[in-house]
Amino acid sequence: MTTLIYGLVTGILFGFLLQKGRVLRYDKQLGALRLMDMTIVKFMLSAVLVGMVGIYLLNDLGLAKLSIKPMIFGGVVVGGLIFGIGWGLLGYCPGTSLGALGEGRWDSVWGIVGMLCGAALYAEAFPTMKATVLTWGDFGKITLPRILGVSHWFIIPLFIIGGLLLFRWFEKKGL
Amino acid sequence: MKERNEGGWSPYLAGALSGLVSIGSVWIAGKYFGASTTFVRSAGMVEKAVDPERVAQMPYFLKELPIIDWQWMFVVGIFIGALIASTTSGSFRWQAVPDMWEERFGPVRWKRWLTAFVGGTIGMFGARLADGCPSGHGLSGSMQLAASGFVALVCFFVGGMIVARLLYGGGERP
Repeated sequence: MTTLIYGLVTGILFGFLLQKGRVLRYDKQLGALRLMDMTIVKFMLSAVLVGMVGIYLLNDLGLAKLSIKPMIFGGVVVGGLIFGIGWGLLGYCPGTSLGALGEGRWDSVWGIVGMLCGAALYAEAFPTMKATVLTWGDFGKITLPRILGVSHWFIIPLFIIGGLLLFRWFEKKGL
Repeated sequence: MKERNEGGWSPYLAGALSGLVSIGSVWIAGKYFGASTTFVRSAGMVEKAVDPERVAQMPYFLKELPIIDWQWMFVVGIFIGALIASTTSGSFRWQAVPDMWEERFGPVRWKRWLTAFVGGTIGMFGARLADGCPSGHGLSGSMQLAASGFVALVCFFVGGMIVARLLYGGGERP
């Protein structure tokens, strides 16, 4: 029960921030995909840069565990591209569709219904996928520091510097 | 249409605060952000109401049980949080067709709705095959420097940019 309440409270905070950052809107999501408006990239990358410091700190202090999704090339690349196609059509992602509805953009309802159908379809296809696509190039739960054989505290500052340079470039270009 | 501020925050600030929220969530509840599994569980709940025996022996619903869990409540919370933020700042707008879509394809509702439905179906199929969406892979995966997170994120954008170009054409920049 406590876990469910944590989920709800965390979701409310995140939904509040998504709305404040203006990233829930179709115009912003398509704006990024059309390379005209980088609002969602700014939001995501800011969250990732802050998050990576905190999460690796917690991990190193033994206060939290990582939860890495396996790098299965077939699933991640094919699935990722298919997701991208659907995302370009819908203009909301699974999390933001609910948020978009929360700020009154109710075309998202059709996207939500579609996503439920997509999930049901995938449940039908899962045994086939498991025997095919999900066996292509399985590298397990690997991370960038593991691949490069360096400490994460070497990679994280590089990401932060790269991110800040990218932000500066966005602002210069007015994206 | 003029851009109104309506209490919006800088995306850098809102994003950085979201990063803090996600750190807090991992610390306190041990949970990473994600959203797409919730759609599997919900679809399973609907199907269970129709044919419980079939759902009980489907491998994917055994893997992702049709129950309400942390992430399910998290997704509901996103709706509530966005509702609170938009209604308290006057940016809530009951809108059936997004501005950008209307400018390009006109105000006909069914075209937008059909596209949203088809896009949702395709998108969720892909997200489940990839084992995550922009929350699970894009945010939580990249934060942990997971290879799968970065590769997925690139593929999400490549697929999306191709479709956006097909729908809206390329070239014109503001």
